[in-house]
Amino acid sequence: MTRPLLTKDELEPTRLRWRRPRLRLGRWSSPLGITGAAVAVLWIIVAIIAPVIEPHDPLAQNLAILQAPGHGTLMGTDELGRDVFSRVLSGAGVTIPLALLLVVMSVLIGAVLGAIAGFFGRWVDELIMRITDLVMAFPTVILAMVIAAALGASLLNAVLAALIVSWPSYARLTRGLVLALRQSNYVVSGQLLGFSPLKSLWRDIAPNIVGPILVLASLDIGTAILLLSGLSFLGLGAKPPTAEWGSMVSDAIQNFDSWWLGLFPGLAILTIVVAFNFVGDALRDALDPKSNTLRGGGLTL
Amino acid sequence: MTTMPVLTASDVVVEYRGRPPLRAVDGVSLAIAAGEVVALVGESGCGKSSLARAVVGIERLGSGSVKFGSDEVPVLGIRRRPLALTGMQMVFQDPNSSLNPRRRVGDQIADGVRAAVLRGDAGSDPAEWLERVGLDPTAARRYPHEFSGGQKQRIAIARALAARPRMLVADEPISALDASTQTSVAALMRSLCLEAGAGMLFISHDLSVVRRIADRTLVMYCGRIVESGHTESIWQNPVHPYTRALLAAIPVPDGAGRLPITPLEADRLTWTEKIPDALERTAS
Amino acid sequence: MSILRITNLQIDVRTQGGPRAVVDGIDLTLERGRIHGLAGESGSGKTVTALAILGLLPESMTTSGSVVLDTNDVDTELLGAPRQVLAGIRGRRIAMVFQDPSTSLHPQLSVGRQLTDHMRHHLKLGKRDARDRARALLERVRVPDPTSALKKFPHQFSGGQRQRIAIAVALACEPDVLLADEPTTALDVTVQAGILQLLRELVDDAGLSVLLVTHDLGVMSAVADEVAVMRAGVIVESAPRQQLFTDPQHAYTRSLLAALPGSKLEESPEALVAELLNATRTEAIE
Repeated sequence: MTRPLLTKDELEPTRLRWRRPRLRLGRWSSPLGITGAAVAVLWIIVAIIAPVIEPHDPLAQNLAILQAPGHGTLMGTDELGRDVFSRVLSGAGVTIPLALLLVVMSVLIGAVLGAIAGFFGRWVDELIMRITDLVMAFPTVILAMVIAAALGASLLNAVLAALIVSWPSYARLTRGLVLALRQSNYVVSGQLLGFSPLKSLWRDIAPNIVGPILVLASLDIGTAILLLSGLSFLGLGAKPPTAEWGSMVSDAIQNFDSWWLGLFPGLAILTIVVAFNFVGDALRDALDPKSNTLRGGGLTL
Repeated sequence: MTTMPVLTASDVVVEYRGRPPLRAVDGVSLAIAAGEVVALVGESGCGKSSLARAVVGIERLGSGSVKFGSDEVPVLGIRRRPLALTGMQMVFQDPNSSLNPRRRVGDQIADGVRAAVLRGDAGSDPAEWLERVGLDPTAARRYPHEFSGGQKQRIAIARALAARPRMLVADEPISALDASTQTSVAALMRSLCLEAGAGMLFISHDLSVVRRIADRTLVMYCGRIVESGHTESIWQNPVHPYTRALLAAIPVPDGAGRLPITPLEADRLTWTEKIPDALERTAS
Repeated sequence: MSILRITNLQIDVRTQGGPRAVVDGIDLTLERGRIHGLAGESGSGKTVTALAILGLLPESMTTSGSVVLDTNDVDTELLGAPRQVLAGIRGRRIAMVFQDPSTSLHPQLSVGRQLTDHMRHHLKLGKRDARDRARALLERVRVPDPTSALKKFPHQFSGGQRQRIAIAVALACEPDVLLADEPTTALDVTVQAGILQLLRELVDDAGLSVLLVTHDLGVMSAVADEVAVMRAGVIVESAPRQQLFTDPQHAYTRSLLAALPGSKLEESPEALVAELLNATRTEAIE
């Protein structure tokens, strides 16, 4: 018996089959995704080892003030005589862990509430969805500002404010995915076999929705950094003398002629946000069952 | 039938909200005994799938009642299904969505075994079930996407039967399969059900396959049963005009090149007729 | 007289592990005014063969061999033909009908517009002439009340009527060849019977030549004149209908007929189950 020339999957032209999403590193290797991942990993390493590699104490005011880059410092000094390079490195250690914490928390809260809403439906669904509507009705940044201002300026309060505005998108996404899967034959089959609601959710639904949630989360890390920096920029986050990118850019406005004060923390924000976006895009492509067939060379007519 | 039927449906009505509301099933009664294969045939949109889903409890009944043994079948909701009702299982049309793509097929069949054990069964080996549907027992460690459509359907059948059901409801279980495996999978379902002493409600639009496996046949049109009874009696001598049109439209694969008979538009009006003689036909 | 000659057609799909043959050197000749059936199960390569004729394969597939359209004694090689040549042939000389009429018709254009667009483009007909022809066509495929049907949209018709309309659209420019890919698979048997009758009439009365791709041997038995059975990219058997159904030569054809209720070689359900469990059938080996 010879092997069939082609498996069915490759020759089902009219139907796009839903495939088990798999991460295949081979296809994951879009140049942008790799670059993004490299930059993101680099920044995370910097965030961890910042205290070791800083050439100067980021808080010490012991250098000549407002010195342009090159005179003994890599990125110049600020109006209080602190080393900008050291402060940018130290800022990574402040912002990145908080952004990751923020995203993890919003995924947890959003996914749990969304799954409950989608699975149990009725008034539970109604209640949770109205709350998300309420939050999402306001522009994200403005609402976060209001909450942060009400809580008082501190980095942790900024994270809390950002959390309040960012979980609803996960709740929405999860609810939609759960709703769609609830009707699927294998979930119904499980219920017919006497699965309890929790078992249904855990066994049949959860493993099949992590992919899209992961993608949204990775795309959201950049947004989270931007939001936290933005709040600090507005004076609602990190308090001086903490080296935080947003507040550094904000300080730079007072010394507009010293371009290096704003440029370097700004670049830091830019690179990491773009990097995480690339990672998220690549992840989405890699997990998308449709692009899977496309790139696998299958028929998509 | 002297024994008490496993499944009894009386005056089942299924309606879908809308303007006007769509009455998909319009007062259907049926009873299926243990070890009996009953086919439900009809064209798309006749309500046969709605009836199947209502019988299992996936669809809410507009009115009427469905009993599994002596238990009322509840609507499948958030609550865990009562233990006794895991004795009714279902096989769906699309094999690709019938299995959880993220779990090994052996584990999924084991779910069926567990349901049987909870009802007091001694338990069985998932690999053995794979063998009984003609698959390699070592395939238990593999994931659904590694199988073809026909194989996936057989795994879904194995999972349903592993729960040792007394009643199996199959909603177009063969129409997504290749023609060459349709009859054999249907026949396999019949033999496994008979072996287990379970009743089966087999929904299909393919009458020629149904003829090979069903003891009794129900012909459905526009939400109603128009003709019912012994399969061969219906096939040999259809009474209702709809059954006649349906049978005449099936191409005969004898190579003679005969065109199947197309019903006239005017005939369709007679198809909703109620003909009492066409119901409950016995073997003759 | 042949109208379409496929010689040594080979279709490869690019995969990570190098090219793989989907269709592995098939020959098929479609005679004028005949229905040639191409039977096979999913994955046998029958649909890609039909798509290759019109150059509709996705970019990941490459072809070799030859597909020659022979009209008015002019031979046109279709494989690798330039875009302009294919554009003049698609719809004009060779038209196609797909399985699902709800996706092959444009949902937001009226039936009349879809019919006349082709005619005005290919045949350079005026508005009025095109309209008259469209009405005549709908009458030809027996869509009730053609005049008002022209103004309606596809969703206002039943599945069977939509397939009739799709056939009318395909026939709009009087093609010589119709490629029908599972044209009745999505339809109910009573509706299927009507479509098969229509195909037969179009061939017998209007001299159309049809390549009928389907997995349904019952359909083949009803309308095909010649049947080629395809499996894993190869035509394993090709014979006149009667012969194929009564005296099949290849073991695969025989196994297909064995599983077909009502055929002369039909085996009992018990025998089929035994075979399935013994995994002797091709599908189980896969």
